[in-house]
Amino acid sequence: MIKLKITIGYKEGVEDPEGLAVKNSLKLLNFGNVNSVKVLKVYEILIEDTEDAKKEAEEMCDRLLVNPVIHDYRIEMERV
Amino acid sequence: MNNGGIRVAVLRMEGTNCEEESLNSMKNVGANSEYVHIRDLINGKKNIHDYHMLFFPGGFSGGDYVRAGAIFASMIKGPLLREIVKFIEDEKVVLGVCNGFQVLVELGLLPGIGGVMSEKPQAVLAPNISNRFECRWVYVKIEENNCKFIKYKKGDLISLPIAHAEGRFMLPLDREEEYLQDMIHKKQIVMRYADSSGNYSGYPWNPNGSIYNIAGICNEIGNVFGLMPHPERAFFRYQHPEFTINGGKNYGKNVFEGIMEYLNKKF
Repeated sequence: MIKLKITIGYKEGVEDPEGLAVKNSLKLLNFGNVNSVKVLKVYEILIEDTEDAKKEAEEMCDRLLVNPVIHDYRIEMERV
Repeated sequence: MNNGGIRVAVLRMEGTNCEEESLNSMKNVGANSEYVHIRDLINGKKNIHDYHMLFFPGGFSGGDYVRAGAIFASMIKGPLLREIVKFIEDEKVVLGVCNGFQVLVELGLLPGIGGVMSEKPQAVLAPNISNRFECRWVYVKIEENNCKFIKYKKGDLISLPIAHAEGRFMLPLDREEEYLQDMIHKKQIVMRYADSSGNYSGYPWNPNGSIYNIAGICNEIGNVFGLMPHPERAFFRYQHPEFTINGGKNYGKNVFEGIMEYLNKKF
């Protein structure tokens, strides 16, 4: 089996309201050193071991997981 | 008049929850409307071309997982894509309200720059800039638009309710100005958030931080219309917050009457 780890976040320049809310909350808790917070979403997907695993992961992003208008993504693969 | 013959499919799947008022809105202007589960269209039990209008109602389709509207859109993308494109080319009506608007954007049917449907989304309804679920009445101002069934005139200021967490209309940052100008030029922007005097203002008047205060848009043909506010929740005057003060307004009804007039003339 292959474990796909797909990490999705906002593109540079796209505002992240959730990240901003977390940052403000951390500041309120006196974490004064916090400069910025980005919230990322991670999908861990187990698929059958094939040579096309990376391509399949990219298709998953294209067709469902990512909206290319605002998102960037990163794919990592691990044999398990 | 062919009121009884105008058939409307109010599409539902797991998590849609505005079907009832959506169905009744079209019924109350004389349409023959029915609930249609998306799986019945996919497996061929029902035929999309038997209808004159597809109504994507509000709600939390697919639990709003992944992104609002993304799961509903992905169900349609494979098996029904060609059929929906033909449906639109036949100049029938597609309406998406709130979550339904999100579905149409995720499908690439709106804004539909350069064609009926884009391969990938050209826009997104991102989380509100306030990071809150915004649930209240807002003012929207009608723009000069090419939507085939909006009867309101340019400059009309109306109020409608909203209820969403992901309503910030955004375009790709690197093509933002190009896409926006294209949409303005083709009169695709139907309504924009405004303050009570009709000025285009920031939060809270623009409840989600949408670019150019966009609240509702149509495609280039003018028969696909998506909006974040809920016209079906403003169908009767008694739904308006000022009903007990001054009798209220039923601004939403006009949208459905316009659709019915268009469909009656066309089919």
